[in-house]
Amino acid sequence: MAFGFIKKAFSKTAGAVQASVDKLKSGLAKTRNVFVGGLRSLLRGRKLDQELLNELEQRLITSDLGVKATAKIMEDLNVAWKAGNISSGDEVLDFLKAEMKAYWPPEARELRFAATGPTVILVSGINGAGKTTSIAKLAFYLKSLDKSVMVAACDTFRAAAVQQLSVWAERIDVQIVKHQMGSDPAAVAYDACDAAVNRNIDVLIVDTAGRLHTQDNLMRELTKIRRVIDKRIPGAPHEVLLVLDATIGQNAIRQAEEFLKAVQVTGIFLAKLDGTAKGGIVVAIRHQLNLPVKFVGLGEKPEDLSPFEPDEFVEALFAEDDPAE
Amino acid sequence: MFESLQDRFGSLFRNIAGRGKISETNVRDAMKEVRTALLEADVHFDVVNQFVSDVTKRSVGTEVLSSVEPGQQMIKIVYDELVRLLGGDDEDEEAIAEGGEVKPAAPKIMLVDPPPTILMMCGLQGSGKTTTCGKLALYLKGKGKNPLLAAADLQRPAAIDQLHTLGEQTGVAVYSERDNKNPVQVCRNAVEYAKKNGRDVVILDTAGRLHIDQALMAELKAINIQVKPHQIFLVVDSMVGQDAVNSAKAFNEQLELDGVILTKFDSDTRGGAALSVKTVTGKPIKFIGVGEKLDALEEFHPERIAQRMLGMGDILTLVEKAQAEFDEKKAAKLQEKMGKGNFSLDDFLDQMKSVRKMGPLKQIMGLLPGIGSALKNLEMPEEELNKTEAIIQSMTMKEREKPEEMDGSRRRRVARGSGVKPEDVAHLIKGFMAARDMAKKMSGLSMGARVKMAQSMGQFDMTKLAPGGGLGSRRLSPGVGTRPSRHGPGRLWPWREGRVLEEWRKVRGSVAGVRRESHGSVTEV
Repeated sequence: MAFGFIKKAFSKTAGAVQASVDKLKSGLAKTRNVFVGGLRSLLRGRKLDQELLNELEQRLITSDLGVKATAKIMEDLNVAWKAGNISSGDEVLDFLKAEMKAYWPPEARELRFAATGPTVILVSGINGAGKTTSIAKLAFYLKSLDKSVMVAACDTFRAAAVQQLSVWAERIDVQIVKHQMGSDPAAVAYDACDAAVNRNIDVLIVDTAGRLHTQDNLMRELTKIRRVIDKRIPGAPHEVLLVLDATIGQNAIRQAEEFLKAVQVTGIFLAKLDGTAKGGIVVAIRHQLNLPVKFVGLGEKPEDLSPFEPDEFVEALFAEDDPAE
Repeated sequence: MFESLQDRFGSLFRNIAGRGKISETNVRDAMKEVRTALLEADVHFDVVNQFVSDVTKRSVGTEVLSSVEPGQQMIKIVYDELVRLLGGDDEDEEAIAEGGEVKPAAPKIMLVDPPPTILMMCGLQGSGKTTTCGKLALYLKGKGKNPLLAAADLQRPAAIDQLHTLGEQTGVAVYSERDNKNPVQVCRNAVEYAKKNGRDVVILDTAGRLHIDQALMAELKAINIQVKPHQIFLVVDSMVGQDAVNSAKAFNEQLELDGVILTKFDSDTRGGAALSVKTVTGKPIKFIGVGEKLDALEEFHPERIAQRMLGMGDILTLVEKAQAEFDEKKAAKLQEKMGKGNFSLDDFLDQMKSVRKMGPLKQIMGLLPGIGSALKNLEMPEEELNKTEAIIQSMTMKEREKPEEMDGSRRRRVARGSGVKPEDVAHLIKGFMAARDMAKKMSGLSMGARVKMAQSMGQFDMTKLAPGGGLGSRRLSPGVGTRPSRHGPGRLWPWREGRVLEEWRKVRGSVAGVRRESHGSVTEV
């Protein structure tokens, strides 16, 4: 569907186009088409007036930017308009692009690796966010960086979760530590840490059971898993990734707040970004949380992962419309 | 659940109710805040605008401005409109008629004759299809059906294993073909299998997919055409955002859905999906998933959810849960015992266990009027309850009958046996004695007098928490709550009168007993 566009984008940005950028673009193709395609047709050639501002506000909110981020953008836009700095719809487009880019100050979005010994990445999230698939992608990505990878199947609760991770481990050829279903997840984490040290593994990725952020006892279980990891490998986990479903609305913010409290999340893995027409939730997350989005998931295959680059994200959002679409 | 909506509606009503006379400007200003709250709750943009304009129109019409109690009128209007958004217009939905009688809703699943009835589940990845299939199978089994689960998710690794595990847990047969890569065939064969083996409902668990994935959507359409499911349910995460509600619309356009099942309703969803789905797709919400356990599936009733959203609690659901766990004769005997004051710790243990079987305390308490918003930051002392159970279980039967006769040595023994401090034992006994006295005193009083008594003890003031008064409040005159709805003149607070209150009275004693004990502070409602 978006194929013609990708090719075009490729030739247009001739030269420094990396595979990951391409991936991000193709994943965002739908986002771009609806979000900006719509914005462009809304704004192009029009004079800026209150009516246009109202329509723009609606467009931003329905794109999952959230009420707060939208209000902020609209306010800034209003100020610029009153000051006479912008007067046309086309200028609004440029304004939005600049405004959104400014949302992302330089921040560490790289994965943090341990100085010595195994790096431990703890992966958490609510049910159905996409943890296991994201872990497969992450393992695949790390393997491509020549790291030896092990996964720990600490989701001992959901039916067949261990099998699901085992299938992935086999497919992408990484080691796995697992126990019986229903066993103590902290015990699995304990064994996995020891195994990772003994076998000189570079990166250990710990899968956990999905849990709603409102379930206090389950959140405490997660805290315990983190504590056990820290005990076996001091300083670990080096990364605590929260997997958020990009199609989830503003509740994503609440989830992040609760997981942050329970396990000191260090970054976000935004899964299923290809599933939303409007990547606005990325902006909402940036606006309300001081947490970097480190990766985005853009499909079902292990290679469908991209490190998150805000400038590229905004550029992708505001790229020229594809006349073929 | 819905705390932020409850807060916002609460402040809206307080604002309006606090004025003797209100103007159009008052209403419009207040509705601006409601609009923001709804948008923050991910209610679809168009739905929000429609809601705000409908409520405003009705409010600034004659209804509210000329009313003697504008606050009450406003609650009524908002409640009506919420019910409508949630699907209360459906002929099949339960309705509350005059006199508090509840007209039961039509069954959520239509069964066909001759069987098997074929149900197809579909949805985005991670919405909870497979778990919901298991819950639905258990639900149908509970209704005396003999369902079959069919594993048609051939995409996700181990999805078949997951369904088999759920089948084992629910005692429901699962049909799968591990080497077949064609879901249409698997579904067809599953239906054949059901016919041969006397299974009367087949639940097809399909793979998660994006509504824009043409290939996978074509696969669903092929199943639809060739297997001809009688009903198609879309499984939707109740936390979805503005955009994902559109995916429900796309599914509906391609498959002609029969209904929607909202999952993860036990999260702090603010109700965006619940309020938007009906308007956006035109299809009713049939069930909600409310927990990780397989029996955590509830039928969806718009009026009840609207009541929860307004912080009015959901007494009907509570009563249903209670009825499933309580033995009526036992309850009557218990009430008698309480009245006489010879209620023992053993009875208490029994009651506590029954209440806990209904679900996590926080969830149960959230169903009580006015409690929802107060619970927001309260952690339910499940561990305290475990401790209490352990203490009672370490006592002899005689000690449970007459705990007041336990001396220091007995208390120390019990403390050792249950792993607590002797003070904890003493504390429990003291609390229990006080509760027993109170129960005895209260059992002779009228409802109003009980509330007064509870309030005079300086504890939970329900009337302040619930918009327009909680269950026990008699602040409102009965006429005020009357609403001229499409169901004919009814009561806005249905449990005030008739059957519901009766039911509530039956279970009240035991619930209150536990709460009193677990908090040491909460009393009668």
